[in-house]
Amino acid sequence: MLLQERKDLFLMAIFSFVVLSAPILFQPIGAGYPDLLQKFAIYGIFAIGFNILFGLTGYLSFGHAAFLGIGSYAAVWSFKLFTMNVVPAIFLSVIAAGLFAALIGFVSLRRSGIYFSILTLAFAQMSYSLAYSVLTPITNGETGLQVRALLKEGQTRGLLDADIRVIDSFFGVEEFGIPITNFFGLKMSGWEGFYFCAIILIIAFFISLKIFRSDFGLMLRAIKSNQNRLNYTGINTRPYLLVAFMISGMYAGLAGSLLAVTDPLAGAERMQWTASGEVVLMTILGGAGTLIGPLIGAGIIKYLEQIFSSINNYVLFTFFDFLPVELQVLVTKLTSLFVGEGWELTLGLMFMIVVVFLPGGVVEGINRIMGLFHKRKRKEDTTTNHKAQPAE
Amino acid sequence: MSQNNIVLSVADVSKRFGGLNALSDVDLQIEEGTVHAIIGPNGAGKSTLLNVCVGRIKPDEGHVIFDGEILDRHKPHEINQLGVARVFQTPEIFPDLSLLHNVMLPALAKRDGAFKFNAWVGLERENALRQEAEHILEDVNLYDERMQEAASLSRGNKRRLELAMGLIQKPRLLLLDEPTAGMARHDTNRTIDLLKKLKARGMTKVIIEHDMHVVFSLADKISVLAQGQIIAEGTPQEVRGNPKVQEAYLGGAH
Ligand SMILES: Nc1ncnc2c1ncn2[C@@H]1O[C@H](COP(=O)(O)OP(=O)(O)O)[C@@H](O)[C@H]1O
Ligand SMILES: [Mg+2]
Repeated sequence: MLLQERKDLFLMAIFSFVVLSAPILFQPIGAGYPDLLQKFAIYGIFAIGFNILFGLTGYLSFGHAAFLGIGSYAAVWSFKLFTMNVVPAIFLSVIAAGLFAALIGFVSLRRSGIYFSILTLAFAQMSYSLAYSVLTPITNGETGLQVRALLKEGQTRGLLDADIRVIDSFFGVEEFGIPITNFFGLKMSGWEGFYFCAIILIIAFFISLKIFRSDFGLMLRAIKSNQNRLNYTGINTRPYLLVAFMISGMYAGLAGSLLAVTDPLAGAERMQWTASGEVVLMTILGGAGTLIGPLIGAGIIKYLEQIFSSINNYVLFTFFDFLPVELQVLVTKLTSLFVGEGWELTLGLMFMIVVVFLPGGVVEGINRIMGLFHKRKRKEDTTTNHKAQPAE
Repeated sequence: MSQNNIVLSVADVSKRFGGLNALSDVDLQIEEGTVHAIIGPNGAGKSTLLNVCVGRIKPDEGHVIFDGEILDRHKPHEINQLGVARVFQTPEIFPDLSLLHNVMLPALAKRDGAFKFNAWVGLERENALRQEAEHILEDVNLYDERMQEAASLSRGNKRRLELAMGLIQKPRLLLLDEPTAGMARHDTNRTIDLLKKLKARGMTKVIIEHDMHVVFSLADKISVLAQGQIIAEGTPQEVRGNPKVQEAYLGGAH
């Protein structure tokens, strides 16, 4: 086995270990419960996929939430029409998102830079408003698409209000009320739900690693570095970009379907531009173009969101108890701007700080710290002749 | 020599930029296996001529024919796939990638064509390709720097890297735009030596050059371009003795 492959195998082993033991590892920071860990995993997948497009090719899509939303809708439809088993749902979501990405990508990739970003944003906003208007028969508009009880004989309700689940019915699966999603009988709630997402995250990370290390990955990086040169080198860059766009769209569709697996409900707000922006923030915050950065970014944002949005004025007021009352009121008022509903203000500030001081994201920060450490070591040990290694 | 096949033929090509006639009725035949130099003062239209050949700009009139194909109807990547590679006047490389990857990319393009979805083969497994790239980097004296980012190279080395990127494709026709411009004397000499070494390998080349020393030591044939027109053509001796050339170009340089 080659050196790089051995290193990658080691990386995969550590990665899998960390993901699978997350319930214990994240206990001390109060994140050791399935709901939140599941969110880390799902948004991690979303960001990993986004990074294949943005991190490798440099094409910044501002519309990836559209694929997330489509993934969710497709999954819920699969639950309504076929079965509560998650496998067909995931499969359908990924296919639907991939096809949709092919369409949007085909048009948007005719432009690059800011024009590409605007085209993707426009497409996503169109999808969002279509979901609320013309497509209501498919999306159920503002109420959102939900899993319902089975249609009973003699009832004349539409498919939005009653399900048929032909596969489950065929196999005579009994249902009492509204059923829970399952993986061949294994209920996808609580820890089972988390571990299901965790394993998919590991697979998704592995595929991304493979792409990073492949001929295809090199082509994508060359597009980011100098697309024009690549054309004169005999490469038709358009299909490479389209495939990268489709792959990242499929990752988003996968994430969307997992959101529906954990909570079988799909709403158009998942396609809103803020959701598209969020994955951009995650990727940049963690480190665009790095393997692990986007996942770290997703984890940080979802964790802080959980903490900051759960703090309310009462919590703040008690926290500032040590201050004189007038000051306590004032400080509470000021800080309350940044928590609860105002969490996005904190997010924005944090993002600005990172982009200004650490444009390479958290991963760059870690590399810098490691660099300092290495330098000190080198000073102590001047006899060995270190040669500068190119950064990964 | 004149028995040779014509690989590239530029037929009555004209190109205007606004009111400026960058190229007017340029006719040029490049014979297989030769080094054909194009010389001429700054702004004569030399780079524009190469741009027309590789599909960067479309000619207003006329055609460029390579091996029976009308190049000006093809896209840049198709032209390269047909066997025409170009080294640019201002280095066009992949600054964020290592030298090795810079050279492997054109080799991949040559091997796999304009598009191949190859996400499962690890780059590390491309042994043949990497060895080939390492050889070429040795040829251009950049082997020791192969793991560095291309952005870290000096201008002279960037140009040599780009030369390696052209060479690895073993194109039927290599177009070089002032490969030694802006290089220090000893760098220039190194590049001339390299180009001479390559001449023995029999690749057809069109070379644009300012440096007369380079031109006369390399070229089999010279075309002189001035104000968008070919004013003289012939062997180095013929061109050197041509009074028109003396006046338009060499005279000014001496
Ligand atoms: N894309 C362009 N747009 C407008 N003018 C151009 C363009 N490219 C070249 N020119 C002009 O055409 C003339 C020939 O340029 P060029 O071919 O670069 O000359 P050379 O390479 O012989 O020095 C110059 O006057 C230059 O300014
Ligand atoms: Mg020029």
